[in-house]
Amino acid sequence: MRISASTEELEKIRAFVADHARNFGFGEADVSDITLSVDEACTNIIKHAYKWKKGKPIHIQLGLKNNEMMVTIIDEGKPFDPDSYELPTLEDQLAGKKRSGYGILLIRKLMDHVEYRNRKSHNEIRMTKKR
Amino acid sequence: MSKFEIRKRSQSEVTILDIYGELDAHTAPILEKELQQLIEKNYVHIVINGSGLEYISSAGLGVFMAYIEDIRSQDGDIKISSLKPKVYNVFDLLGFPTLYEIVENEEEAVTRFK
Repeated sequence: MRISASTEELEKIRAFVADHARNFGFGEADVSDITLSVDEACTNIIKHAYKWKKGKPIHIQLGLKNNEMMVTIIDEGKPFDPDSYELPTLEDQLAGKKRSGYGILLIRKLMDHVEYRNRKSHNEIRMTKKR
Repeated sequence: MSKFEIRKRSQSEVTILDIYGELDAHTAPILEKELQQLIEKNYVHIVINGSGLEYISSAGLGVFMAYIEDIRSQDGDIKISSLKPKVYNVFDLLGFPTLYEIVENEEEAVTRFK
């Protein structure tokens, strides 16, 4: 699936991912986890990689291999450096100091494996979840 | 496109927001605007009834985080009620139940302001 980087597209992305996860035989709890993880990853691309600039491409590829759903999300924006990312704390939340960064935390909790690859021309997020 | 709607009611000094639909990065600004307006009018005893909320992402949760300090500094609070289990799960994953009162029904949430 190729979509234009805009929050208007998030609902369409979620429907696409949920349909495929169900067709791959995942239960509803897993479907919700995978769908939310893809939403969070795409939201981060729209906000941080493309800085809300509309019309830029996001590619989403889904597959099933050895009982594992594989999701690859590709963008051509500013690369994300996972090493510089600090997990938000509860104190940050309460003080309202840090409002972003929670998407990555959710993805890590909801998926089995997450990997970021920064290529010359594009960035890739690969995540997997076992059925 | 994600659909999200807010209906507003009041019960003595408590403002109750019934929220419906999907709260994501696209619809979060709708809730953000509503909370800003309530804070400006000093309506800071707020119950969010989430019985109609079908979906939330961290962008939606971020709205609660953004205003809770302002609201509490005005002696107010946001209490959240009636969440569906799959929506509650997202709040729980980010540790919200230790920071916010999340209760089973609206009546209990309103009572906690008394």
